[in-house]
Amino acid sequence: MPCPFVKIKRAPVHSILGLVIGLILGLMPLATMATVSERLLANGLKVIVKEDHRAPVAVAQVWYRAGSMDESYGSTGVAHLLEHMMFKGTPKVPAGEFSKRIAALGGRENAFTSRDHTAYFQTLQAGHLEQAMALESDRMAHLTLAPEAFAKEIEVVKEERRLRTDDNPHSRLYEQLMALAYTEHPYRHPVIGWMNDLENMTVADARQWYDRWYAPNNAVLVVAGDVQADLVFAWAEKYYGVIPRRAIPFRKVLTEPEPPGGRHVVVRAPAKSSVAILAWPVPRLQKPATDVEPYALEILAGVLDGHGSARLPQALVKTQRVALDVDAGYDPVSRGPTQFVISLTSMEGRPLSDAVDALKRELQRLVTDGVSEAELARAKAQVVAGQVFQQDSLFYQAMQIGEWEVAGLSWRDRTVRFERLRAVTSDQLRAVAEKYLRDIRMTFAELDPLPMPLASPEGRPAAASGGAHVR
Amino acid sequence: MFANRIFVMALTGLLALPALAGLDVQQWRTANGARVYFVANHDLPMLDVSASFEAGTARDTEATAGLSRMTHVLMRLGAGGSGVDGLNERQIAERLADVGAVMTQSQDADRATFSVRTLSGALERESALKVLQAVLSRPNFDPAVLSREKARAIAGLREGETQPEFIAERAFSARVFGTHPYGLHERIESLAGLEATQLAAFHRQYYRAANLTLVMMGDIDRPTAEAIAQQLVQGLPGGSAAEPLPVVSQRDRAETVVVPHHATQSHLLMGLPGMTRDDPEYFPLLVGNYILGGGGFDSRLMQEVRDRRGLAYSVHSYFLPLRQRGAFEIGLQTRREATDEALSVVRATVQRFINEGPTEVELKQAQANLIGSFPLRLDSNKKIVEHLAMLGFYGLPLTWLEDYPRRVAAVTLEDIRRAFRARVALDQMVTVVVGGQVARGGK
Repeated sequence: MPCPFVKIKRAPVHSILGLVIGLILGLMPLATMATVSERLLANGLKVIVKEDHRAPVAVAQVWYRAGSMDESYGSTGVAHLLEHMMFKGTPKVPAGEFSKRIAALGGRENAFTSRDHTAYFQTLQAGHLEQAMALESDRMAHLTLAPEAFAKEIEVVKEERRLRTDDNPHSRLYEQLMALAYTEHPYRHPVIGWMNDLENMTVADARQWYDRWYAPNNAVLVVAGDVQADLVFAWAEKYYGVIPRRAIPFRKVLTEPEPPGGRHVVVRAPAKSSVAILAWPVPRLQKPATDVEPYALEILAGVLDGHGSARLPQALVKTQRVALDVDAGYDPVSRGPTQFVISLTSMEGRPLSDAVDALKRELQRLVTDGVSEAELARAKAQVVAGQVFQQDSLFYQAMQIGEWEVAGLSWRDRTVRFERLRAVTSDQLRAVAEKYLRDIRMTFAELDPLPMPLASPEGRPAAASGGAHVR
Repeated sequence: MFANRIFVMALTGLLALPALAGLDVQQWRTANGARVYFVANHDLPMLDVSASFEAGTARDTEATAGLSRMTHVLMRLGAGGSGVDGLNERQIAERLADVGAVMTQSQDADRATFSVRTLSGALERESALKVLQAVLSRPNFDPAVLSREKARAIAGLREGETQPEFIAERAFSARVFGTHPYGLHERIESLAGLEATQLAAFHRQYYRAANLTLVMMGDIDRPTAEAIAQQLVQGLPGGSAAEPLPVVSQRDRAETVVVPHHATQSHLLMGLPGMTRDDPEYFPLLVGNYILGGGGFDSRLMQEVRDRRGLAYSVHSYFLPLRQRGAFEIGLQTRREATDEALSVVRATVQRFINEGPTEVELKQAQANLIGSFPLRLDSNKKIVEHLAMLGFYGLPLTWLEDYPRRVAAVTLEDIRRAFRARVALDQMVTVVVGGQVARGGK
């Protein structure tokens, strides 16, 4: 449903590998790059257009380089709150009208906020793209931010936090993991914000945020679909070009020091299975043409968990049966210091330590023995096929361009990335595993399940029939 | 007036729009009765194959709840027998992974689907489809794998029983559907009792060519598509199509269930049996529901519950169209102390909608969106395949898609009032509250 939402960073798509890689590559033109054009407007707005004429549809996304990492203590959650307020009207387009007009055009629209960015999008018939651009540009510069609308919307956001985090033990575990894994960097704050900060947030906080970051020179417009690039550039000039450039606050360098030793946090909450999340600080992609480790880490994640019989599910879930599920993830595209994350759910009746020990044995085995050529090729085959498959989705194509751009990378480097991933060696996998995935660098978060409270908080006893009663 | 202008624009756009004109859908039946749909598309060097069987969860019984799902899950975990040609679960995963192919599965009350996306080069394609063929026609149902998967399913069930949304959905569907198989749900005992021989029998009974809709779209030609269809169906068990499911009974009274829970929010669900896939009231209910609770920020429920009162992050209503009547469901989550207020706002909104129906402006807005967004439903191979699979499975004509905009446009205010009065009555509704009202500060 079209509600603004907090983005949970997707794990990168990885997998498998192909003994037939040469053949696959033979028929796999990187046609994607040929149809992308870029223009920088005088006011600093970068416009990127990817033509794709398979269907009479277009998607427009505006990405602001402002996410929860740009917040400070006391006002966490304001990036996301502002995202909600962006639907609450301008002098020309009253509250609620933005969504109504896009809907009337047959469009779908929404927005998402992450640690690194806030983005707004519309998907609609290509013939209506200009109207969507007119509407989106209007709220880049003229948001009303009425106190009454804020008062309602902050309640909606609190409900969103209750739903997504407070009542969800796994989300609380992840929130605590991040709060511990980062000590100096603002990635320690949840995107949705701490409840106390939401309780104390004012419309002035939202205004300040909007004035600070919502400017053309802090944004990227990505359009993909059945469009002519020149026409899109002309509309961008017409609607966005008139918005003046503004001074963006100086961004101080934010880092996270090497951990001084292992860290451990326990969340106790009503649940059934024990869960562990392990996280290690690792490098992110910064120089696509020369970096080695981020690519090795991406392929490593594929070797560990890229398909049903990759190392971790095979060993922990299928062979040893110590875990119900296991998941490994690494996202190399990030504005701030990133982490390699593995989560697992313990098998009923087995202590969590059995699964964690088995995981550590697998990591050690990888360091000691490396990976076979077949495993490596399998992980790369997934990258190769994924490059074709993802072209089926307009939205995803635009999304990748936007993510790279706001992370300070260029969409042009996606070709280099592809070549560099294919060049990763078994020795490089061993090297990054040995260097980074060590216990003394690890943050360990554990969900310790509590029994369900027998009665509801007000003390009403549960009835016999499955805890339900009829009134 | 604004909406009117837009409506005209959208309709104009639509008439210029060749709904399926660019799409040459070819259709045939295999000798053993499978329905096949094929679209050649050479834009990308890939192929999508989707195989849907009449093998949904409604084929379970009270005693075997979970059998249909475990059969579906186990099929890809070992196939082709234990001989040299056989594939264990690891080999299946690796054969697909070696060529970058992806196999996904989905199941609902009516349907069990396997989908494969592969590069379309002969080597990758043939390797991936050979795996699919074995999975569909010769699954092993290894007892050791079954015992592990049962343990995982039971653990998942126990975890679900701690979560308010899971508890609410189960309580809701059990009461909406009574003894109809749409209301069945897996229990620890029903899962624990499942044997590999039952899975094999279920497979023989339901994974038949006569129960199959096969859809292919991608970078292959017609002769190749025919050969693939033949390859995939030739080993399937014979026999006739599945028996029709029983009709869902209309409810005759309202019922409210409160399940205590410790969460900070109450989860609310309201509803009753709704509509079928081929329902004569399909379009009035679809358009009407857009206005009531399906149209996101256009909907009355969103405006009343979220925008005006800040009571919930999300509130929705939908009709789930199935072979027999699927659920009409309204759902939201709200802070505990607002439970009663949210419930009465929803009831009043629904009652007013039934009494008065929508306004002309609302109807135009709903039609403009449903018609104008039509091309978005078919803008990728994946979505086209899903739509063709739905049409084939429910026996709807290909013209259903072409007619969709016209039929949406033909819905009148009176159609919506009539359909909602007949189908959505508060005095027949099930209401489930997990959590419940508590005084502010009471928690």
